Amino acid sequence: MIGLGLLNGLIVTMKAAIRGPVTVQYPDRRVGLLGAARELGMSPFQFLVKRPKDAVKAAAGFATVEDKIAQGPRFRGQDFNWYEDRCTGCASCAKFCPLGIIEIVTSPSDTLKSQGEVYNIDVFDIDIGRCMFCGICVEVCPYDALHMGSGFELGTYERKDLVISVDALRTKKNTPSTWFRPQLEETAYNPHSGESRPWTEVGRHEQPTDEELNERWVDER
Amino acid sequence: MGTNFLDNSFFRNIYCNLSKSDDIRCSGGGWLGDGILPAGYEWLAFLITAVVMAMVLINLVLGSVLIFIWAERRLLGRFQSRIGPNRWGPYGTLTPVADAIKTLFKEDIVPTAADRWVFNAAPIVMMVPATMVLAVIPWGTGTFLADLNIGILFIIAITSLSTFAIVMAGWGSQNRYAMFGAMRAVAMLISYEIPMALSLLGVLMLAGSLSLVSVVNAQDVPFILVQPLGFLVFFIASIAEINRAPFDVAEAESELGAGYHSDYSGMKFGLFLNAEFMATILSAAVIVAVFLSGGRGWSFIPSQGWFIIKMIPVLFFIVWTRAAWPRMRIDQILTFAWKGLIILAFINVAVSAILSFVWPDPTMRELWFMVAINFGVLIVSVMAVGAWFGPQGASAPNMSHGDALPRPRPAGQPSGGDS
Repeated sequence: MIGLGLLNGLIVTMKAAIRGPVTVQYPDRRVGLLGAARELGMSPFQFLVKRPKDAVKAAAGFATVEDKIAQGPRFRGQDFNWYEDRCTGCASCAKFCPLGIIEIVTSPSDTLKSQGEVYNIDVFDIDIGRCMFCGICVEVCPYDALHMGSGFELGTYERKDLVISVDALRTKKNTPSTWFRPQLEETAYNPHSGESRPWTEVGRHEQPTDEELNERWVDER
Repeated sequence: MGTNFLDNSFFRNIYCNLSKSDDIRCSGGGWLGDGILPAGYEWLAFLITAVVMAMVLINLVLGSVLIFIWAERRLLGRFQSRIGPNRWGPYGTLTPVADAIKTLFKEDIVPTAADRWVFNAAPIVMMVPATMVLAVIPWGTGTFLADLNIGILFIIAITSLSTFAIVMAGWGSQNRYAMFGAMRAVAMLISYEIPMALSLLGVLMLAGSLSLVSVVNAQDVPFILVQPLGFLVFFIASIAEINRAPFDVAEAESELGAGYHSDYSGMKFGLFLNAEFMATILSAAVIVAVFLSGGRGWSFIPSQGWFIIKMIPVLFFIVWTRAAWPRMRIDQILTFAWKGLIILAFINVAVSAILSFVWPDPTMRELWFMVAINFGVLIVSVMAVGAWFGPQGASAPNMSHGDALPRPRPAGQPSGGDS
């Protein structure tokens, strides 16, 4: 029948219009007066009285709120999480890095051999400006000390800021991606909640309890 | 200066303030007193009034262009599950302003090979029909620049000027894409002039006048009901005349860059864009005046308000079609005009002629009879023309290359999809 295709096109577009936009306005979206008040958990009237300046700004359409899409827990971010408690300074990551962008400088530590042999790590530079995020450094780490994190907003204004220093790694909040450690997923862990994971939970295998350690090692020493 | 201008309330309200007039319609003067200017300066009063009226109307239409650009982009966004411009101003309302400022500050480039005079004149010629058409449109009761007694003819004549502008732009650019766009536009615009003019004949028979004011006054029943076939043909033809989707082959972005205005930048491009949007608004205004009974309606809203309220669904539908329908091929467009719309327009003319012969001065009851008959004619004729000249015959011009003999259609194969 003539004209049905035309009608069909009109119906499809109208359905899309009624359904509304699907856009996520990363990183932020503009809100009006009502939207801003809702974000703050106030009624619009309260908002006007308590914060008139912000209310005028919102009414003019210049107020923004964060708008992000939720990442999955397996999202392999582009930052690095490092557990110093696990790291021995063996530099496997540096050796296996295809691009040679990890630099490790260690010095002998004062710890006794009986307490476990560990090196002081003086320099641990990862130049993510050249990194291709292949994840080999994570896979080869014998002690599971290095992990890919879940963050991705790593833009900087200068190239030199792209080199992650050891101090930055030390102070960073560790929210590893569950891509490498599916057992984290079983504990319903979502790195995007911002919750940090301790070093005991991120190994390939379950961490032995103190009793097990005693059984296996203490007698031999 | 003929005194019939004083019928126009818009004119009268300004003129009577400026000049002393013996006319009864001007008695008591205006709210500024009876005649600021001394006697003998009626020509100056007339001139000032005319300039003020033209300025006000042109600027109102230009302002509505900004609103329409914003509304169209937001609506297209919605139709495509997007949001549309939303960053600058509340709900992105200031986006067209930002666009205008950007366009003003862009470099004005004239290609080396271009025919400079033609190239530079084209945008100005493009603006001429867009600004001239608004003179005859009755924006409400007594709100018009001029009540020409040949109003509809004036509109049809003036709008064909935009063809010149497009050819000038295409030729002046010395660019193959631009030339392609211009040639397509000429073929299309000239073809669609004919059904556009023919579809208005039925209206003229009913109204008995070419003046748009009389046409509006004649619409006790809106002509969209009395002349549904004429409305359909006129609406399609006017979408084609203003170069909008699905008839936007002249500037087909995905095929020709930007068609005839490929080489324009800065404010010259801005003029083209502006003229195009003005043409859209004005064609909606013409449709409202001719088919949707102009500014008539219940009196709790002023007639100008009614006019704008009626324009909104028309413009909405124009935007909606742009989102919904793909661009037609140039041969499809021409076939559609010559084998479809013109035949429909002729049927409409014939039926209207018979009806206005039977009921030369229709009462309300007879008008509703005409509505019923014309809707029957609409359905039957569209089906008939679609069946005889539709996809089966029309959209399958023998496109086989190097095939001298026409390919026989396999027996039992159904005709192509719906149009």
